[in-house]
Amino acid sequence: MSQVFSFHGGIHPPENKKQSTRAPIGKAPLPKQLVLPMQQHIGGPADPLVKVGDSVLKGQLIAEPIGRISAAVHAPTSGKVVDIAHYPIPHASGLSGECVVIETDGEDRWIEHEGIADYKAIERAQLTEHIRASGISGMGGAGFPTDVKLHLGDNHIVNTLIINAAECEPYITADDMLMRERPHEIIGGIEIIAHLLRPSHILIGIEDNKTNAIHALEAAVKHCDLNIDIIVVPTKYPSGGERQLIKLLTDIEVPAGKIPADIGIVCQNVGTTSAVYRAVHKGEPLISRIVTVTGDAVRHPKNLEVLLGTPFSSLLEACDLRPEALSRLVMGGPMMGVTVDNDRIPVIKTTNCLIAATKQEMPPAPPAQACIRCGMCEQACPADLLPQQLYWFSKGREFDKAKHHNLFDCIECGACAYVCPSNIPLVQYYRFAKSEIRTEEREQQKADHARERFEARQARLDREAAEKEAKRKARAAEAAKAQEARKAAAAKPKEEAAATATAAPDIKQLKTAAAVARTKLKKAQKAFDEAAAGNSEGLAELEQALNEARLKAEEAEKALSAGSPAPAEGGDAELKQLKVAAAVARTKLKKAQDALKNAEDKGLEGIDKLRATVEALEQKADEAQKAFDAAQPADAAAKQESAPKETPAKAEPAAEPALDAKALKQQVSIMRTKLKKAETALEAAESDEERSSLQADVDDLKKRFDEATEAFNKVEKAKMDAAAQAGIDLKQLRIDAAMAKAAITKGERALKKAEADDERAQIEQELVAAQAKSDELHKTLSQYD
Amino acid sequence: MALIHLSSPHVSKANSTANVMRLVLLATLPGILAMTVFFGWGTLIQIVLASVLALAFEAAVLKLRKRPVGFFLSDGSALVTAVLLAVAIPPFSAWWVTATGIFFAIVISKQLYGGLGNNPFNPAMVAYALLLVSFPVEMTRWTAPITQNGEGWHVAGFLDTLQVIFGSVEQQWYDSFTGATPLDVLKHRAGLTTEELWRQSDVLMNGVAAWYAISAAWFMGGIFLLSRKIFTWHAPLSMLVALFLMASMFYGFDPDNYVSPIVHLGVGATMLGAFFIVTDPVSSATSNRGKIIYGALIGVMIYIIRTWGNYPDAVAFSVLLMNLCAPFIDQYTQPRTYGHKKANRGTKGKNQ
Ligand code: SF4
Ligand code: SF4
Repeated sequence: MSQVFSFHGGIHPPENKKQSTRAPIGKAPLPKQLVLPMQQHIGGPADPLVKVGDSVLKGQLIAEPIGRISAAVHAPTSGKVVDIAHYPIPHASGLSGECVVIETDGEDRWIEHEGIADYKAIERAQLTEHIRASGISGMGGAGFPTDVKLHLGDNHIVNTLIINAAECEPYITADDMLMRERPHEIIGGIEIIAHLLRPSHILIGIEDNKTNAIHALEAAVKHCDLNIDIIVVPTKYPSGGERQLIKLLTDIEVPAGKIPADIGIVCQNVGTTSAVYRAVHKGEPLISRIVTVTGDAVRHPKNLEVLLGTPFSSLLEACDLRPEALSRLVMGGPMMGVTVDNDRIPVIKTTNCLIAATKQEMPPAPPAQACIRCGMCEQACPADLLPQQLYWFSKGREFDKAKHHNLFDCIECGACAYVCPSNIPLVQYYRFAKSEIRTEEREQQKADHARERFEARQARLDREAAEKEAKRKARAAEAAKAQEARKAAAAKPKEEAAATATAAPDIKQLKTAAAVARTKLKKAQKAFDEAAAGNSEGLAELEQALNEARLKAEEAEKALSAGSPAPAEGGDAELKQLKVAAAVARTKLKKAQDALKNAEDKGLEGIDKLRATVEALEQKADEAQKAFDAAQPADAAAKQESAPKETPAKAEPAAEPALDAKALKQQVSIMRTKLKKAETALEAAESDEERSSLQADVDDLKKRFDEATEAFNKVEKAKMDAAAQAGIDLKQLRIDAAMAKAAITKGERALKKAEADDERAQIEQELVAAQAKSDELHKTLSQYD
Repeated sequence: MALIHLSSPHVSKANSTANVMRLVLLATLPGILAMTVFFGWGTLIQIVLASVLALAFEAAVLKLRKRPVGFFLSDGSALVTAVLLAVAIPPFSAWWVTATGIFFAIVISKQLYGGLGNNPFNPAMVAYALLLVSFPVEMTRWTAPITQNGEGWHVAGFLDTLQVIFGSVEQQWYDSFTGATPLDVLKHRAGLTTEELWRQSDVLMNGVAAWYAISAAWFMGGIFLLSRKIFTWHAPLSMLVALFLMASMFYGFDPDNYVSPIVHLGVGATMLGAFFIVTDPVSSATSNRGKIIYGALIGVMIYIIRTWGNYPDAVAFSVLLMNLCAPFIDQYTQPRTYGHKKANRGTKGKNQ
């Protein structure tokens, strides 16, 4: 026989078991109504399959399990379903739950059922499924669905199967009587469970106060092929606690926060093994159980085989209740059971005992006195906690400290409260603290989540604002440069104009410019690729998307060029190329920006590199644009000479260029606004789908914008020519004007956003300067427009 | 059916705080008896006086604090404090010494901290220390045990004793019945070696046996409480062992200048302290490991103060010092919870 180890603490409350073991297991009378809660186990409640008015047979499935951890419910006898509604259920909370009510017909007619002839011949999974279909859940304590535990063999190595026959709580004798009267069922059930889990040891842990049961089991084990050790442990509460029993039998402690299966141990209660036996060998689902009905308020305490759903009142009646003596009705044992305030509550799969106690038996607790820190609770605690400290912390709402003192390892066994000389309801304090901590944690989680989201959003907004600010500054600097250039140009306007006019045919120069722009673009591309490579994973997708988009952009550009009138001259081809290059650069820039933003949102690495790339690209794009711009007027002048009336949108005579130009300009500006809006929408877009559809819109708009711009530019050329003669670089002027205007708008917007006063003042200053510049430019411009 | 809805557990052991206190009082009987035998009526009178005062003070404060007087008085903790203080002070102390002590014990160090269970310091020891500091002369004039007073039963009479405590007597009478305690003598040795001192001093030659006997009586009471599981062995044993080891070490090196460990264990308040003061649960460390550390530190402190400090006996000061450390000790001596690899330390940790 194996060695018995010990666990810390424990108590020896009066057993009070003798009363109910004098008579053999009786049969409870068939009540008129059975109330079957849909949740008699841990996990999800079962789902009723019957309707009110349905006739059911004994053993018929009336509710199926929902989800992995759930158990089926069967009709305990034949009859009719009369109600499906909420009724009080046996639960510590005293709440009600959904129940199926069956009116019994007294015939007790079985549905056709059949056991499995040779369970070893069928698949294990099938056998487990059969047990699941029989609605078996743990009958000792919590009521964990048994099939789930039987599946533990799939992903855990189960070394040891422990059959819990300790039954350490006072009063309860249901398992004791079961072992005395039906040991073969228990051993048969163990055989089935062992077949499923294939453990190397099987241990039955039983307390030494159950001599008869030990003898009966020993006799039954002799006929069994399995190597089963019956280990008799000293009577001490709570040796039947799963973790305590494991420590007693194996000297192993289940690590905190783990389940026994994690250390290769599975525990089953004796009642459960017998239910498994019946289900497999006889095909009977779990419809009845043995309940100890005891307490001084019943005249004939005994164990009864009870159909599930039988109300407590009918059991008490069967044992001759003295209603006048009853002061407390406890479901379960005196240490961990719960009081019920209603005797119509039904028996469920986990109901092992019903104590009808008199006032003398369970006197109301005397008023609690101060904790004198005597440490008796500590000596009794089976979980090696410091109950007095936990009490102190729970009472003072110092939940952090309570948690640190391992409050959550408390199994609420009540040993500490039992021994406390000051009669402090310690367990109540722990329950309170636990629920309080759980609520707090839930709220904390929610708050954390919200805070994280808020912070992420805030960070993004900040970043975007910073980016915009940077862009604005860059543009302002450029505008300033351009202005200077213009001034320089204005100094020798005639010369310049002449040069512009005559430089037109200098295609060689243009070509060089184009080549330079292309090289630059290539370099930019390479830089981006490098950046992309640097950021290994998530970017791969991004890059792909980028390439696709780029292809699309190029196609669009090509289509555009095909759609627009053929260039009149070689110079135009160059120009086109430049323009395409510029557009591509722009698209790339945009993509890179998107990618950057995306990457930032995702918090990927290599963001810095990517950002540098974007900046480089930005520069390149600007350069390309400038090269294009520089080439355009010259080319335009050349074109003007060869094909003066080239206007794709409207073939208006060149006689009225001014009017035409205005309309075109308006169109261009409309297109630009639209494009801007679409781009903003794109940036704001969150989901990828939204983004891609918006992207398409943007591309489309861009195309149209480019078309409009082109048309406008063509008309403009004529004017520019005239202006050139007047000695003023009209185009430059106009660009400047537009830029000044943009600067003003920007400034205004910034002003609106700016919070700090000094920031505001600065922006205001800038704004005034921009305004002045804009006015001046417009005045000059209006002379020619 | 109207039934009450209650939280588990539904039964509890038939014991109560009052019961615990009663057992403690019971356990003091051998000690009280021994003291009465050796020092005369003084001890008994002091106990009665202290108890009456303690109950009166406690009731008064409870009334002021608007607490149910009967309920809290019945826990018996005031009586325990009273008895412990009464046996700690010299049996011939004047009534006002006792009264001051009880006032401090009950009103200041217990009730003002929130009553039983909330006092960080042992009330009897607070009072004792205070008296020792305030009335050093009175507190060191101990009654001479009968073994010193020649043949036969020769102690101060009951009425005489009453008069000593409540009135005044001639100095001569007083002197004939009082003297220094052994620890006092050993403290103020005036350059003599222990050996010489021992041969010279009447208290050490004749009186010390009485002290041993009284210690044995306290020890008996302690064993009784231990057997009734009122406290665990951890704190008293570790205190005695620590004191013994300290004393043995120094005595072993230099028996001329240090006192033997047996004397350390047998005289003064060592046994009373080990079983009735150190084991006071309210103000001590709470876990088993904590109690061992707590007890051992008290033992060491007692030796240090007795040997190099200014006061002859040191139980009160050592206990008070360690009371101060108890919460800290508690934080670092949590037991290893079932299923945990290590015990938690401090107030907050990385676990979970
Ligand atoms: S048993 Fe009660 S009085 Fe004693 S320490 Fe624990 S909680 Fe405090
Ligand atoms: S209820 Fe919790 S603290 Fe009390 S003895 Fe049981 S496990 Fe320990």
